[in-house]
Amino acid sequence: MCAPPAPEGSSTPTSSTPTPAAAAAPPGRVVLDAHDIARALSRISHEILERNKGADDLVLLGIPSRGVPLAHRIAERIAAVEGEAVPVGSLDITMYRDDLRMKPARALLPTEIPAGGVDGKTVVLVDDVLFSGRTIRAALDALGDIGRPRAVRLAVLVDRGHRELPIRADFVGKNLPTSLVERVRVTLAGIDDEDAVTIHGPAVPEVTE
Amino acid sequence: MSTYLIRNVSILGAEPTDLLLADGVVAGIGSALEGDGAEVVDGTGLIALPGLVDLHTHLREPGREDAETVETGTRAAALGGFTAVHAMANTDPVADTAGVVEQVWRLGREAGHCDVYPVGAVTVGLQGEKLAELGAMADSAARVRVFSDDGKCVHDPVLMRRALEYVKAFDGVVAQHAQEPRLTENAQMNEGELSGRLGLAGWPAVAEEAIIARDCLLAEHVGSRLHVCHVSTAGSVRIVRDAKARGVDVTAEACPHHLLLTDERATTYDPIFKVNPPLRTAADAEALRAGLADGTIDIVATDHAPHPHEDKDCEWAAAAFGMLGLETALSIVQETMVDTGLLDWAGVAERLSYAPARIGRVADHGQPIEQGAPANVVLYDPSVRRVVDATESASLSRNTPYAGMELPGRVVATFLRGRPTVLDGKLV
Amino acid sequence: MNRHLLSAGDLTRDDAELILRTAAELRSLADRPIKKLPALRGRTVVNLFFEDSTRTRISFEAAAKRLSADVINFSAKGSSLSKGESLKDTALTLEAMGADAVVIRHGASGAPYRLAHSGWVHSSVVNAGDGTHEHPTQALLDAFTLWRHLGVGGGLDGRRIAIVGDVLHSRVARSNALLLRTLGAEVTLVAPPTLFPVGVDTWPVETSYDLDAVLPKADAVMMLRVQRERMNGGFFPTAREYSRRYGLDGRRMATLQDHTIVMHPGPMVRGMEITADVADSNRSVIVEQVTNGVAVRMAVLYLLLGGATPGSSAGGDE
Repeated sequence: MCAPPAPEGSSTPTSSTPTPAAAAAPPGRVVLDAHDIARALSRISHEILERNKGADDLVLLGIPSRGVPLAHRIAERIAAVEGEAVPVGSLDITMYRDDLRMKPARALLPTEIPAGGVDGKTVVLVDDVLFSGRTIRAALDALGDIGRPRAVRLAVLVDRGHRELPIRADFVGKNLPTSLVERVRVTLAGIDDEDAVTIHGPAVPEVTE
Repeated sequence: MSTYLIRNVSILGAEPTDLLLADGVVAGIGSALEGDGAEVVDGTGLIALPGLVDLHTHLREPGREDAETVETGTRAAALGGFTAVHAMANTDPVADTAGVVEQVWRLGREAGHCDVYPVGAVTVGLQGEKLAELGAMADSAARVRVFSDDGKCVHDPVLMRRALEYVKAFDGVVAQHAQEPRLTENAQMNEGELSGRLGLAGWPAVAEEAIIARDCLLAEHVGSRLHVCHVSTAGSVRIVRDAKARGVDVTAEACPHHLLLTDERATTYDPIFKVNPPLRTAADAEALRAGLADGTIDIVATDHAPHPHEDKDCEWAAAAFGMLGLETALSIVQETMVDTGLLDWAGVAERLSYAPARIGRVADHGQPIEQGAPANVVLYDPSVRRVVDATESASLSRNTPYAGMELPGRVVATFLRGRPTVLDGKLV
Repeated sequence: MNRHLLSAGDLTRDDAELILRTAAELRSLADRPIKKLPALRGRTVVNLFFEDSTRTRISFEAAAKRLSADVINFSAKGSSLSKGESLKDTALTLEAMGADAVVIRHGASGAPYRLAHSGWVHSSVVNAGDGTHEHPTQALLDAFTLWRHLGVGGGLDGRRIAIVGDVLHSRVARSNALLLRTLGAEVTLVAPPTLFPVGVDTWPVETSYDLDAVLPKADAVMMLRVQRERMNGGFFPTAREYSRRYGLDGRRMATLQDHTIVMHPGPMVRGMEITADVADSNRSVIVEQVTNGVAVRMAVLYLLLGGATPGSSAGGDE
């Protein structure tokens, strides 16, 4: 009935649907390997601490699916530096998507808000790829229904450009200029086989509805 | 009166011959007949059968002229190859007096598409409480011989006994709608695995069989003849077979829909398949076919039951029981009995013409196609196949369960006393 | 999943698990300050109730409203529905009002099926209980409740569920038997012989007349409501005899395993099929069933209506 929601970064702004089979097809060009990703996350973690002047009142919310493990990795790094655990959760945006009606109903993904809630906190949204900005718009709406944070920041592993909304990231692992016909794919150990960010050319024929 | 010469037609499936119908009778059978001035009909490839006789038709008039009238119902009958139909008594007012049966009889004569023999109610108002004036109906112009509360069962055993006895005075027959009322309260479909799954109140076979068994014993006890309407279960066939073996004067009918359709149809919850008695299992249909083949079941009767659209275009439980049958009966008998090798055309003539006429004591119908016999003849083409289109029915109603189904055969012509009521498959 | 939910038997295991997983996500909504999601904004859900059932109607209404759908309640009481206006006429009215989904409760088995397949309406149809046929969302909420209590780590595979009472007239029993089987549970129906439907031997369940023999092995016991009117039909001699043989009381509850839960679709007839001490015991999940009902119905409405409308682009009926 429903394909799992595609990470925003790997889909073009039109309604193409990358299936797991398509994603597994040609290897693509590696732009970040496991090492690069680890380094980028470490830098983001430090930047967050610096910007927030410590870990106080910080809440990390990953956007499923790949934003969630990224949020946890950032939290681990912050904990290593600060010596205290940062609350981490997940925020599903499925029901807030502006293209909900364009495909069959999608399965929901977990929303887990840490026990302390988000009111008065500094929430850092974590996602893998920033692209059109529509996912983040949906995430801001979803967050608004959960509480009233003091501030909301955005951390992404990759910013590939092509924004369609006035949204920018506060913390970026890597700016990655891409063509609209290219597809950016993030794999993370735990969900996927290994850590990598790859770019796939337009050669991959996509099934368009 | 015009004369018809049918060339090269196969009477009951025999070698083709010519058949001359003149002055209302069969005037000649043989090869290369001369028919001066006769209208010639090419009978090549056609079967000639004696005009069909339906012992069980609902014409709905008087009272439900929105569903059917004598005029429209007999048109449908003629198109189905019938030259005589018995009009059931459950009209409004009920056909329980000489006045009502004479009215129906007269309407049939005026319509002229086939002969209409009214069935008289057994009990006043079909209420199952006291006998209607059976003798008056028998003595009326309609000459009623078949009595039935069809739609309701004469379930009071004393009343049934009296009815069986009383009609002996005028050689009548009680046609029983066998349905034990307590066992079928609010029943909706055959009771079985499907009714349990669909959540529709079950109609157990035993509700039919118990009444048939009782009535066979009653008929045996009082020495009367009994006719059982619309036998629908394997158990009923067995009971009738046993009774006949004991010499009980019982006859039985099966309906085309019970020969062809099964309770699986209810899974659509489309009440076009809702009928009384209900569609049964495939094993029951098999037993009915076997019973019809070996003579346990004497006749096929249509139980043609028209209903207006709104009584069927609704949820199952709210819908009326019954389905159209006159225009498709012969095709279904071909499909289920002839094409399967269970019955030849002579057998078809016996079960759809001779036997029902005998049971109804109808003198002018149900006679073999022989020199001098009344010229009641059907010409039937068994070689074609057709898809049933409900909108083409001559009936006022559209509740045929066969819409969209492909059935074999087509009635090409029907002659009533030498006069065509149907030619080229169309009403004359 | 089809565009309608008419029978629990229409759900594949994948469908059912998707609904349960979705319901699990939606259940947490009850703990949030804003108990509303935007998924069905602009959609219209009609609750078409030909039978009184305040609890089911309210549950569907809450579910639809929490998904931001517009809700129209159309009930038989006090309208032309009870007599005169037909299901068809009502359906045509709803169609003209632009209903995206019709949630129907009807006394006639198969009425939702008719509504979905007659061409009267183009909306999705959700069966909220039809005659003595089915009540699929009740089964889903029961399964969801079982899943939360017994399914930790492995679904309901091999779990033993006893469903006790008036199976013959129970749409809850029918839907549960089908759905729980689909989810891998082993269902035993327990009733006096008069309250089993003919053909129950062909269902994918065990049957028993002996409640005491079944209870010690059960992981969950679902008690069905027994209407006292059934006595008039002679299905059993007296309410007292029924309670003695098939009622769940403290003595019987003591024979259950420690983890076994007690369920009831409601409304309960306390003292008849279940005693007050059992209904109020800590094994009872009856109140939780109500909470779960809203989440499960949200999941169903979301999955039927949340995405693209099937056929809307094709422009035709299916």
